[in-house]
Amino acid sequence: MAEEKDLRKAKEAWEQGTLAKVTARFPERKAEFTTLSGMPVERLYTPLDTAELDYERDLGFPGQYPYTRGVQPTMYRGRLWTMRQYAGFGTAEESNERYKYLLEQGQTGLSVAFDLPTQIGYDSDHPLAQGEVGKVGVAIDSLADMETLFAGIPLDKVSTSMTINAPAAVLLAMYIAVAEKQGVPSRKLSGTIQNDILKEYAARGTYIFPPKPSMRLITDIFAYCSQNLPEWNTISISGYHIREAGCTAVQEVAFTLANGIAYVEAAIRAGLNVDSFAPRLSFFFNAQMDLLEEVAKFRAARRLWARIMKERFGAKDPRSMMLRFHTQTAGCALTAQQPDNNIIRVTIQALAAVLGGTQSLHTNSRDEALSLPTEESVRIALRTQQIIAYESGVTNTIDPLAGSYAVESMTNRIEKEAQAYLERIDKLGGAVAAIEQGFIQREIQESAYAYQRAVESGERIVVGVNKFQVENEQPPEIHKVDPEVERRQCAKLNELRANRDNGKVSQVLAELREAAKGDDNLMPYILESVRAYATLGEICGVLREVFGEYQPAVIF
Amino acid sequence: MITEKEPMKPTDWAERVASGDRRALARVISFLENDDRQGVEVLKELYSRTGRAHVIGITGPPGAGKSSLLDKIIGELRSQGKTVGVVAVDPTSPFSGGAILGDRVRMQGWTGDAGVYIRSMGTRGSLGGLARATYGTIQLLDAAGFDYVLVETVGVGQSEVDIVRVADTVVVVTVPGLGDDIQINKAGITEIGDVFAVNKADLPGSERVATELELMLDLGNHQIWRPPVVLTVAATGQGVSELVRAAQDHYTTLQKEGKLAERRLAREKEALLLRLVERVRREILSIWAQKELSELWAALSARRLDPYTLEENVYKAWKGAKDE
Amino acid sequence: MERPIRVLVAKPGLDGHDRGAKVLARALRDAGMEVIYTGLRQTPEQIVEAALQEDVDVIGLSCLSGAHNHLFPRVTQLLKEKQAEDILVLGGGIIPEEDIPGLLAAGISAVFTPGTPTSAVIDYIKEHVKR
Repeated sequence: MAEEKDLRKAKEAWEQGTLAKVTARFPERKAEFTTLSGMPVERLYTPLDTAELDYERDLGFPGQYPYTRGVQPTMYRGRLWTMRQYAGFGTAEESNERYKYLLEQGQTGLSVAFDLPTQIGYDSDHPLAQGEVGKVGVAIDSLADMETLFAGIPLDKVSTSMTINAPAAVLLAMYIAVAEKQGVPSRKLSGTIQNDILKEYAARGTYIFPPKPSMRLITDIFAYCSQNLPEWNTISISGYHIREAGCTAVQEVAFTLANGIAYVEAAIRAGLNVDSFAPRLSFFFNAQMDLLEEVAKFRAARRLWARIMKERFGAKDPRSMMLRFHTQTAGCALTAQQPDNNIIRVTIQALAAVLGGTQSLHTNSRDEALSLPTEESVRIALRTQQIIAYESGVTNTIDPLAGSYAVESMTNRIEKEAQAYLERIDKLGGAVAAIEQGFIQREIQESAYAYQRAVESGERIVVGVNKFQVENEQPPEIHKVDPEVERRQCAKLNELRANRDNGKVSQVLAELREAAKGDDNLMPYILESVRAYATLGEICGVLREVFGEYQPAVIF
Repeated sequence: MITEKEPMKPTDWAERVASGDRRALARVISFLENDDRQGVEVLKELYSRTGRAHVIGITGPPGAGKSSLLDKIIGELRSQGKTVGVVAVDPTSPFSGGAILGDRVRMQGWTGDAGVYIRSMGTRGSLGGLARATYGTIQLLDAAGFDYVLVETVGVGQSEVDIVRVADTVVVVTVPGLGDDIQINKAGITEIGDVFAVNKADLPGSERVATELELMLDLGNHQIWRPPVVLTVAATGQGVSELVRAAQDHYTTLQKEGKLAERRLAREKEALLLRLVERVRREILSIWAQKELSELWAALSARRLDPYTLEENVYKAWKGAKDE
Repeated sequence: MERPIRVLVAKPGLDGHDRGAKVLARALRDAGMEVIYTGLRQTPEQIVEAALQEDVDVIGLSCLSGAHNHLFPRVTQLLKEKQAEDILVLGGGIIPEEDIPGLLAAGISAVFTPGTPTSAVIDYIKEHVKR
């Protein structure tokens, strides 16, 4: 190409002339510039860096394959993203109040945080639950708590996201049962369960069962929902926590999509047609500090997933190829030092998510490196989204950074490097095998350790932490969880056990046990157990008996 | 409380270890690890009490699932009412001298059990799959009254052979899919094992690995004991009771045939030799540092002196030092 | 030969966020220490018993779930019952400033909050190991 040749010449001339003159007198600040993830960044990107790009093949149009520019044809000109603040703490009553407050403040979807005993399938009076009840989220022991949690919130009018994984089937069953009591048929329910066990093994740690039965529970949910909850996102394949554990942007894309591939393969093996469940798969990514890298990451993930679904799995339904995702700003980027600075960090991260075309967004509160957020901090975080949505102007046109030589070049690079990881993971036997062998964990840890060293050596600046510190900071107001929560929750649980029909409970649990030993879809059995007010701990206890518990690989 | 204020005598330590005092046991193991002379003094007191435990060594490549299997073996032995001491060895970093000892994670469920004691150990410069203190620690656990002492080696390459020096029964763990042929044919692997476990037997290829092992073992010359091959799945515990029974059968066979004492004596002799060699090595190393030698190094470097004459000289210097 | 300091790194409670614990474990190893890693979901009882069996100098506890006020003092209390107060106990994680005095009073030697460089923890251990 003649033009390319001319441009190359012109660039060389610039480098040797104008540029060289300046750098001779004023050298650049560093010899090498890299993204937050350590990806090299050039001084200048020009059409030469995107010469390989074929517009129609690689970018296309919004709402069309390969969806690089967005999954909807109008994006935020049609409807803004769902502003969804993750919340939940203490008892169901307190969380219910917070949800109503958030809805009044203009939030458009709920996002439920559960406490750790709930996430690991223990009742609040289990010995391991001591000290943890109601701490990082709401404590749910039975349908009774779930009824309280959504009291006065019509479930056909909100979409609800639940961060629940190992016991996802149980919490989904409780949600369905609450809806029944409200007179809302399950077909009308919309929302998401995280239901992504593979990243629990790899990064987040709230697993219960070994991979095989866990994958069965997941495919049972896929099958059940395709029949009964057509509007429900059956899984939120999450890179968020993998990134929080310290990996790079490329690794976040690669490991998340590798897990996605594993779920698709498991569902196909379980006899499902790809287009029957793939449209309900959703994703969940992190928005970190490096604005351009993050925007490129979201775009690359979209394109790569579309290609995987079409080429590898032969999906026909365009919705199967669309990578729809929720974003949360990076918790690990928040600093305990000068916490107000976090408002600015969150703004940049949220902007990256919006410029990257997210479908929903959680913005972290400034005080989350210290404790659970106060109501005031949560409001500022929500206002950050609203300011981006209504004042910044970035929502007026679709995928505004497309065509930027830098962003397109980074998008290509992230896609290519993630693709290379996927090939390595395939060679290891897929994501499950790669996790069991510790490959993914080791890769994450290497990145986390490299980052920590870069911060400690001062090679990477974190404002307020290793530069621009202040002495004698005043600790800000923080949110406190009432220590009485645990006692109250245990008292409620005792009352429930005393007043329900315990004969019925034993019967439904016995049926669940038998079903778990066989290969029936477990959802109807779990739903029956929930309706009889069997507790989460009892239901998971039965499954623990049959399935055993996961033993983590120790990787350093 | 263990304080430095009142130094205890070796006999006191020995008494406490023998009476089942966990903290004393833990501290004496530290003495051994730290080359603190007190450790050996305690062992002298306790040696007469040793020889009662069945020592089982567990070796195999990294990723074979040794720790998980060990966890299940402990369970099987506990269900038989036996007490178990465990030594798990992990590599020490040659760069920093530090180590991450992670084998315990798999066995942490036994931590509250009074019949189980687990100790993690870094190799601390030892080149084999064991630490220098491993053998002494086994003797301590034996003297402390544990019915079984299980030793897990570092899972690296060529070092499996070391385990023979410390164990009555050696269990070699292998898994399908780790480059099977190379693993099995590797020099010595079929010769050191008394029992073979093909772990992760739910994976494809495990039957083939087992068959290949059987074929290799058929070529060997087994007089009193033909090592069995057991298929196990550590994750579910499948095959573990068979594995433990095989190890126990091996032990009773050794006893019955009068080979146990023979094997243990050979082991003691080898350990003794190694300790003596180590002692001499250290003495020679102390000569190394002497100033007189620096001229000789220069001469060697310039090829004015040959290394063989130099050897004679150093040897004489050492002998001279000994005779003084 | 100087003996390596032995450190037990544990995650008490149900919190699965082990990035900090693992980064610290590696940093301690690279500083020449022996780190016994016990993994997730440890009870205070398990942590203390493991520390005694392993004859460690230091226990490092990491908790990000907010359960530290319950879990950390339980560890020091058990150590006291076992007459093992010579083991140094350090705490880390998301721990509000106002909780720190209570933890120190309960026998935790030092609390390290987010942003603490690993070198600060290493220096602290080297200076304060009790034997």
